[in-house]
Amino acid sequence: MKVTLSILRYDPEKDVKPVRKDYTIEAEPTDRILDCLDKVKWQYDGSLAYRRSCSHGICGSDAMMINGKNQLACQILVQDFKKKYIKIDPLPGLPIIKDLIVDMTGFFQKYDIVKPYLIPKDLPPPKERLQSQEERALIDEAVNCILCGACTASCPSLWTNENYIGPAALLKAYRFIYDSRDGADNERLDIIDTQDGLWRCHTIFNCVEVCPKEINITWHLSQLKKKCALREF
Amino acid sequence: MIHKYDLVIVGAGLAGLRAAVETSKYSDVAVISKLFPTRSHSGAAQGGIAAALGNEESDKIEWHIFDTVKGSDYLGDQNAIEMMINEAPEVIYELEHMGVPFSRTKEGRIAQRKFGGHTKEVIGEDGKITRKPVLRACYSADRTGHVILHTLYEQCVKQNVRFFSEYFTLSLIMQDDICRGIVAFNLLDGEIHIFHSKAVMFGTGGYGRAYKITSNAYANSGDGVAIAYRAGIPLEDMEFVQFHPTGLYPLGILVTEGARGEGGYLKNKDGERFMKNYAPTVMELAPRDMVTRSIQTEINEGRGIDGKDYVNLDLTHLGAAKLKERLPEITGFAKTYAGIDPVTQPIPILPTAHYSMGGIPTDVYGNVCKDEKGNLVKGFYAAGECACISVHGANRLGTNSLLDAVVHGRRTGKALVKYLKETDFMPLPDDAGKNDKAYFQKMYTETGTENADSIRIILKSEMTKKCGVFRNETDLKEILEIVHQLRERFKNVNLSGKGKVFNTELMEIIELGNLLEFSEVIILGALARTECRGAHWRIDHPKRDDENWLKHTFAFKTDKGTELKYRPVIITNYQPQERKY
Repeated sequence: MKVTLSILRYDPEKDVKPVRKDYTIEAEPTDRILDCLDKVKWQYDGSLAYRRSCSHGICGSDAMMINGKNQLACQILVQDFKKKYIKIDPLPGLPIIKDLIVDMTGFFQKYDIVKPYLIPKDLPPPKERLQSQEERALIDEAVNCILCGACTASCPSLWTNENYIGPAALLKAYRFIYDSRDGADNERLDIIDTQDGLWRCHTIFNCVEVCPKEINITWHLSQLKKKCALREF
Repeated sequence: MIHKYDLVIVGAGLAGLRAAVETSKYSDVAVISKLFPTRSHSGAAQGGIAAALGNEESDKIEWHIFDTVKGSDYLGDQNAIEMMINEAPEVIYELEHMGVPFSRTKEGRIAQRKFGGHTKEVIGEDGKITRKPVLRACYSADRTGHVILHTLYEQCVKQNVRFFSEYFTLSLIMQDDICRGIVAFNLLDGEIHIFHSKAVMFGTGGYGRAYKITSNAYANSGDGVAIAYRAGIPLEDMEFVQFHPTGLYPLGILVTEGARGEGGYLKNKDGERFMKNYAPTVMELAPRDMVTRSIQTEINEGRGIDGKDYVNLDLTHLGAAKLKERLPEITGFAKTYAGIDPVTQPIPILPTAHYSMGGIPTDVYGNVCKDEKGNLVKGFYAAGECACISVHGANRLGTNSLLDAVVHGRRTGKALVKYLKETDFMPLPDDAGKNDKAYFQKMYTETGTENADSIRIILKSEMTKKCGVFRNETDLKEILEIVHQLRERFKNVNLSGKGKVFNTELMEIIELGNLLEFSEVIILGALARTECRGAHWRIDHPKRDDENWLKHTFAFKTDKGTELKYRPVIITNYQPQERKY
C-alpha cells in the first residue's frame, strides 16, 4: 500500500527554519514506521537524519513525534494508523540538530543530577545482598526505563520551564530511593524536593500516555511526593 | 583535533563499560561509541547471565565448564573456559553489589532459570548418569541485558567516565606493531578526531548485520572486527555465526531462549513437539545450533506452519501470570509485531542470525594476538562479542555471552590498569588519520555511480541464503563471487548528501564497507572448513572431523587476498566426545 510520511525536515547547514516535506512510499501493513523512514532515506533522500539501533523498542534511540504523539518509530506499525498520511516530527521541547535528531544533552545532564547509581547502605556481603520479592517489585516498572526521552519531551511543565528535571530523571531517582539496597534517600530527596524538581510535576499524565514501556511514571512521582511530604528534617 | 588519554575504549556495551569501570579509577579513560552508551545492543539481551550460584537447586562450576566445552562442540579453548566459569559467581555478585536489579527467589537471592545446554548430572535408578536442564541463568525478567547495561552506565556516571557518544571509529593508529590510538569522526559535525593513547580496547560487538534475518541492531556492523582486520590483525573463527532458534517471524527479532527455559514448547504444523526427534533428553533445551537445525529441517521438509517458513513457540500452557512476571518483554513484542497474544496463541518463530563466535583473537587477558602463534600486539585489547578468546568455540550457550562480556571486560580492565602503569605514550605517526581524511575528501567531492542500499540488500539476503544455517560448497562459492562483485561495485558507491551534520548516510556507507570486508572472511573460513561443527554445518561434509579440524581458523589480510592459517584447540580436561543431548 501507499503511505505518505510528512516529515519535518531541518538542515542546519541550509535551512533557516524547519520545513515539512511529504514522501510517498510503498509499504506493508506490518512495516514499522522505522522501516518507512529507511525507505525514504534509502530510496529518496539519503540525507534524512534520525537515530535508531535495536529496532524493537529496547535501546530507546528512535523516540520521535508521530501523528502528534511521542513514540518509538520501531514500535509502531503502518497498520496502527487508519489514515496513511503520517506526520513525523522530532521530539518537541528539545533543540533540533538535524531533521529528527534532537539535542539530548540537557536531558542527560538532568539524569546525572539525581545521582543515578546505587549508593549502598552497607558494605557488600560475600554473596548477593538479599532483597525480597516484594522489595524488588517496588522498582519493577522503574528499572524498565530506556531513557528514550518520550516522557520528558511530552511534559508541558518542561515546555514552559526548561529547568524542570523532568519525568525521566525523577523516575530514575525513584528507582534508587525505592531500592531496598540503597541508603541515600535523603541525599536524593534533597535534590528533587525543589521547585524545579518534583513539585513542577502537575500530574498532567502526558508522560504516562506516551511511555513506550508503559511505565506509570506519574504514579511513581506521586510516591516520591508522598515521601517528601512525610519527610522529617 | 587531537585528544590524549591513557586509554581509549571503543564501544559502550557490557564489555566496554565494565572495562571503563575497572580502569577509570586509576587512569584517564575515554569511551568512544557511535551510540549513546545505553543504546548499545547488550541491552537487548533478554534471558540471563550464567553462573553456578546454586540459588534454586544444586549446581557445580565443573558442570558449567563441561556444558560450555560440549556446547562449543569442543572448539572452545578449555583453559579460557575454565577461567571464565570460575570467575562467574564473583562477577555476578559484583554486578548485584553495583545495583543490578535481578529478579529474586523467595529467599531474596538472585533468581535463576533454565537455558539451553546448561545441565546437571542426575543419577538414575539404574545408577547411570544422565544430564538434565539446570536452573543456572541469573535473570531480571526478560530484560537482563538492559538492567546490566544501565547499571554499568550508572557506575560510569558515578566515576565520571569521559564519554564521546556518537563518535564513529574509523581506524586504528598502529606503527611497529604497537597500537597508539584511533581515528574517529564526530557525527555531530563530521569532524575527524585523533585519539592518542597508550592503549586501545575494543568492545565493539558482533557482526550479525551481514544477514537479512537477524536479531541484531543496526549498529552491529562488526566495525571493530573490520577495522582490526584492515590494520593487519588476523580474524579468528569468523565462519562460526550463531543462528538463534527463535526469531519472531518474519523480522527475526529475538524471542528469548528463556521462553523455553520457562517451559515453552516448539511445535510444527502437526502440533508435534518435534524436538523429541532431535534431542530426546533435553528437548527444547538443547543448545542453540541443534535447535536451529531442527527448526530449519522441519521448515525445509514442509512441516512449517501453513507451509510457511516458521514453526510455533507455544507458551499458552504457562499461563498469563507467569508470562507477565517472567516474560513481559517478549509478550509485548509478539503483540506489537506479530499481532498475537502469547497467553492464548503460539508465537511464530524462525532462526535468526544472532551472535558472532568469531572475531579479534585475544589471550585470556584481552590482549590481541597478531598471529596464530600467540604473539601479541602491544597496546591493543579486545573483549566481548568482537573478541575471540575462544570461550564459545563453534557454538555459544545462551547466557554465556553476557558472562563473557562482563568477565572479560573486567579482566581486560585489570590487565590494562597494569599495562598503563608500566607504559608511556608512544609518538603518533606523522600520517595518523591521513587515509581517513583522504577517504572523506573523496566521498565529499566525488559523485559515485553505485547505490549503497542495493549493495546492502543483495549482501544481506544472499548471506542468509547461502552462508546460513546449512552450507555447501556450491552455495559458498557463489556467495564468494557475489561478495567480490559487490566489493567492486562498492568502490564507486555514491554519497548523495554532502552535509557535515549528522551525515548518517556516510556512516552507513562505512558500515557497509565493514560488512563487505568481513563477510568475505566468513565465507572463506566456511568454504575451507570441510566438516560440521557447532553452528557451522556443511551438508556436503556431514560429520565433525576432529582429526583435521579440531583447530581455530586465523584469517590474515594480505596483498594477495585472505590467507588462512590455523591454531590447535587448547584441551585441558575434556577430550572431544560425540555430542548428543
